[in-house]
Amino acid sequence: MNSAMPFEWILAIRFMRQARMQTLLIMAGVALGVSVIVFISALISGLQTNLFKRTLDFQAQIIILPPKEISRPLHQAGDGAMLATLVQPRAQRLQSVDQWQTVLAQVAKMDGVSVAAPVVSGAGFIVRGEANKAVGLTGIEPETYLKLIALNSKIIAGTANITGTDMLVGLDLAKDLGVWTGDKLNLQTASGGTATLSIRGIFDYGNSGMNSRSVYIALRTAQSLLDLAGGVTSVEVNLDAPFTAETVAQTIQAQTGLKVDSWIATNAQFFSALEAQSMSNTVIRFFVGLTAALGIASVLVVSVVQKSKAIGILRATGTSRQQILRLFLLQGALTGLIGSLLGAFVGWLFLIAWRNIAINADGTQLFPITFDPMLFVYAAVGATLVGILAALFPALQAARLDPAVAIRG
Amino acid sequence: MADFNAITLQLKGIRKAYNIGLPAETEVLHGLDLTIERGEFVALIGPSGSGKSTLLNLIGLLDKPTAGELLITGQPTTQLQDRELTLLRAKAIGFVFQFHNLLPEFTALENVMLPLLAARGRPDEAMRLRAAELIEQVGLTDVGKHLSNDLSGGQQQRVAIARALVMQPALVLADEPTGNLDTKAADNVFDLLRRVNEASDTSFLIVTHDPRLAQRCDRIIELVDGRIDSDKANRVSPP
Repeated sequence: MNSAMPFEWILAIRFMRQARMQTLLIMAGVALGVSVIVFISALISGLQTNLFKRTLDFQAQIIILPPKEISRPLHQAGDGAMLATLVQPRAQRLQSVDQWQTVLAQVAKMDGVSVAAPVVSGAGFIVRGEANKAVGLTGIEPETYLKLIALNSKIIAGTANITGTDMLVGLDLAKDLGVWTGDKLNLQTASGGTATLSIRGIFDYGNSGMNSRSVYIALRTAQSLLDLAGGVTSVEVNLDAPFTAETVAQTIQAQTGLKVDSWIATNAQFFSALEAQSMSNTVIRFFVGLTAALGIASVLVVSVVQKSKAIGILRATGTSRQQILRLFLLQGALTGLIGSLLGAFVGWLFLIAWRNIAINADGTQLFPITFDPMLFVYAAVGATLVGILAALFPALQAARLDPAVAIRG
Repeated sequence: MADFNAITLQLKGIRKAYNIGLPAETEVLHGLDLTIERGEFVALIGPSGSGKSTLLNLIGLLDKPTAGELLITGQPTTQLQDRELTLLRAKAIGFVFQFHNLLPEFTALENVMLPLLAARGRPDEAMRLRAAELIEQVGLTDVGKHLSNDLSGGQQQRVAIARALVMQPALVLADEPTGNLDTKAADNVFDLLRRVNEASDTSFLIVTHDPRLAQRCDRIIELVDGRIDSDKANRVSPP
């Protein structure tokens, strides 16, 4: 007997060791359950982190826009009757955010805001020889905008640091036009603006639509091309905590009276997908936990019956009800703990196997799986608690056993 | 530790009924009075169904009487809670049963240690020495390290006796301690009980069917239909 170990531990371990087959089977069951939980949790959290990153890397969390222009029908003086019988919604022209410098300064100072950047966007054409491409122009200040959007990481040639005479184009557009960094392109807009800019960098978003239609130019160049001198079409904002975007957006809206969109509102579908994943993960965890608990409980119920004579003898020789109760709770806890440690290890092996199987054609991972060591701690703590809860009923049964009846058997 | 009160056990008007309030209510013990003094070696005999086992369970504090008072070393017990009963049982009473006396998961030595372990929580060297001493006393030094299942019936009963003595109880209750053994092993076990009794102040109450063994006790109590039919001193003739 190990002298460091308390009475109940010595008994619990001997009992479990003696009922070897029972112990191994139930531990294998718990281990399997825990490995499924570990694997699925890591998979889903990896998937979510990845989706989240993909979504937020290329869009601002909050976009401040000028309020939509609405039709204001004339009313007759006097009785107020409407003069127009048919009111159409107004076409939205390009307009600037009113007092944007003040809004920008105000928002940049708000708690939780990591970066705010002014943006001018509008439509334009690129003309080269006979080719003529319609593009979306985005005028940016590189020093703020590059903190907002992970554009730098997508540059495959040149640099994203543009000045007034530079532009960034997508890979597909560059290929279509047969140009590369250093070449010059002529840019025109519907309002009559025209400029010849040199390609400073090529980006690849991994999406041919974006690669063939997005063009980045300097903020001032965009202002003059789009006839929006001194104005910006939006102020874009990122936060330290992306999930607070909706509340922050509402605060900004209340303070400025402008139209403020958060990524949470504009990506409602994305969120319901995340929610559905999380929920299915919770359901899986619940049922796996329940199954493990029922397994542990049934093994212990059988064990209490098998050990009833031993319990009677222990009680007759001075073992208290509390000690018997602890003895069986401990068996449940140990089954949960050891099973979960085994399960966490097996789950980890599954994850390594998954990393080697689920790869893209080019050898990169389909999506990176997050190895959160805390997941293993949670699994161990959770399974131990489940074990104790599962052992509660059999342990009470054992503690209540009448020793006189148990010994007589 | 034994309490060296001159009276080990006292029963006053002990009654025990089962199925109280039901049509099947039956009284098994009908008001027993009994005193066992320190160091007595008593046989409890009687036909099956006479209430011997019920009485033994009551005396062993494994069950509670319906009426009457039961004193162990002078301490009244009927008002005690389960926790106090367990403590009193642990220090004042040792058990030797007929079957399944030992925990098969443990060695002979460890089985002897169990009551000490339950009382003190963790094993220590003093416990081990005490258990080894008792194992030696019952003549099992050679097999002390064996799992109890590997021992013969007689050896198992010797281990059970060692375990019953480990807390130095005032009273040892033995329920057919030799009922399971052949004559030779039964004699050996019985001799051991006698020797231990002679060497200590511990009283013994031995339930037996075997008149031969009863004749080797100092006092024979016969229980018939839940009443003490006879209670007489017995002169033990030297073997």
